[in-house]
Amino acid sequence: MKIMKIKQQIAISDTGFLFNPSTGESFTVNPVGAEILAMLRDGKPEDQILETVTETYAVEKKTAEKDLHEFAGMLKMFQIIDKE
Amino acid sequence: MSRSRYTIAVTGLNAIDSPGPGVAVIRGLREAKAFDVRIVGLAYESLEPGVYMPGIADRTYLIPYPSAGIEALMERLEAINREEKLDVIIPNFDAELYSFMKLEQNLAGMGIHMFLPTFSQFEERHKVNLPEFGKKYGIDVPAGVAITDPAELFKHQKELDFPMMIKGKWYDAYIAYNMEQARNYYNKITAKWGLPVILQQFVHGTEYNVTGLGDGDGNTIAAVAMRKQYITDKGKAWAGISIDDRQLLDLTRHFVSSTRWRGGFELEMMKSNDGRYFLMEINPRIPAWVYLAVGVGQNIPEALTLLAMGEKPAPFGQYNVGKLFIRYSWDLIVDRNDFENFSVTGSL
Repeated sequence: MKIMKIKQQIAISDTGFLFNPSTGESFTVNPVGAEILAMLRDGKPEDQILETVTETYAVEKKTAEKDLHEFAGMLKMFQIIDKE
Repeated sequence: MSRSRYTIAVTGLNAIDSPGPGVAVIRGLREAKAFDVRIVGLAYESLEPGVYMPGIADRTYLIPYPSAGIEALMERLEAINREEKLDVIIPNFDAELYSFMKLEQNLAGMGIHMFLPTFSQFEERHKVNLPEFGKKYGIDVPAGVAITDPAELFKHQKELDFPMMIKGKWYDAYIAYNMEQARNYYNKITAKWGLPVILQQFVHGTEYNVTGLGDGDGNTIAAVAMRKQYITDKGKAWAGISIDDRQLLDLTRHFVSSTRWRGGFELEMMKSNDGRYFLMEINPRIPAWVYLAVGVGQNIPEALTLLAMGEKPAPFGQYNVGKLFIRYSWDLIVDRNDFENFSVTGSL
């Protein structure tokens, strides 16, 4: 069960606005992204996040999995989550 | 107990697209908690906006350009002091600092205080000496060399490679992508700022700046880090955000303690794509964006004034992270008489 950890200092608002105080970078994510980030912040594992997303948005698991990995890749690139 | 009232002269009132720090410094001084102020502006040109901005300088005087020599400057400052009885002068231009440093003792004899870097600090941090500076203090700096002949561009193109930074001794910096551009920029810079011209390795990355204040004994009184958010075509930050980067602030404290820096400063840093900080330039004075530092809780102009007056202000601790400054331009409507008075009499 994989858990992606959001860096402690990252500020995330309910509107999906992210601010990294150590680099000064800010980002906006869409409502689904905000929901995923909230689940990551709560420490939920990847399979549970996938389950919630597929149930809520009527999307196939394979598609959701691909999208989540792509999203995780971006979060890593922008130093929002810790590298494994 | 009544608060002290200091008369403080400030230069750098050119609040233009490449702004001088004077107006921001004055805003900080006017918000000082430890003292009240009367502000005397010192301007080089009669169209410097700070001269006419309401609520900035109580009175402004024209002063001669550094090229007129320190005798002319001293004579003018003596005349201004007879009128104003100055307590402190805060010079804000790199190009004028040398003259004020030369006059520091004379001005002190007149009861005018300053808090400037020492001659050796001023010289060793110079763009021309940056590679040696980096080596001496263990700070990463880009490879660079000062040249006085355009033929040397060919000699150094292999080691520095293109793109390459071409910089003036005092101001101006261009990115040259090929030899033709490099030659053009070399000529442009020498025409304006003279020799030498500095060639510097281009570092790919993100620009970060730190403004701070050293007490001359190795203590960092203030340090605020900022990421440039919006950069003008002159490379100036038009918007920026305060950040909390331990690595950057530790590097700043290392700079202050190892050089025992005296006075205000700005470190221009580049964070390379692999996360390394390179020190690109050290400006030996308060930068134009200093009001962000004031706004996030570190009033550098106030603390610098206290140091100049012989007091020992406590180092600032934290500051607010995630605060932005956004610069704007504003058209002032000025009566022709004010412009005429200032141009003809040299004061307003």
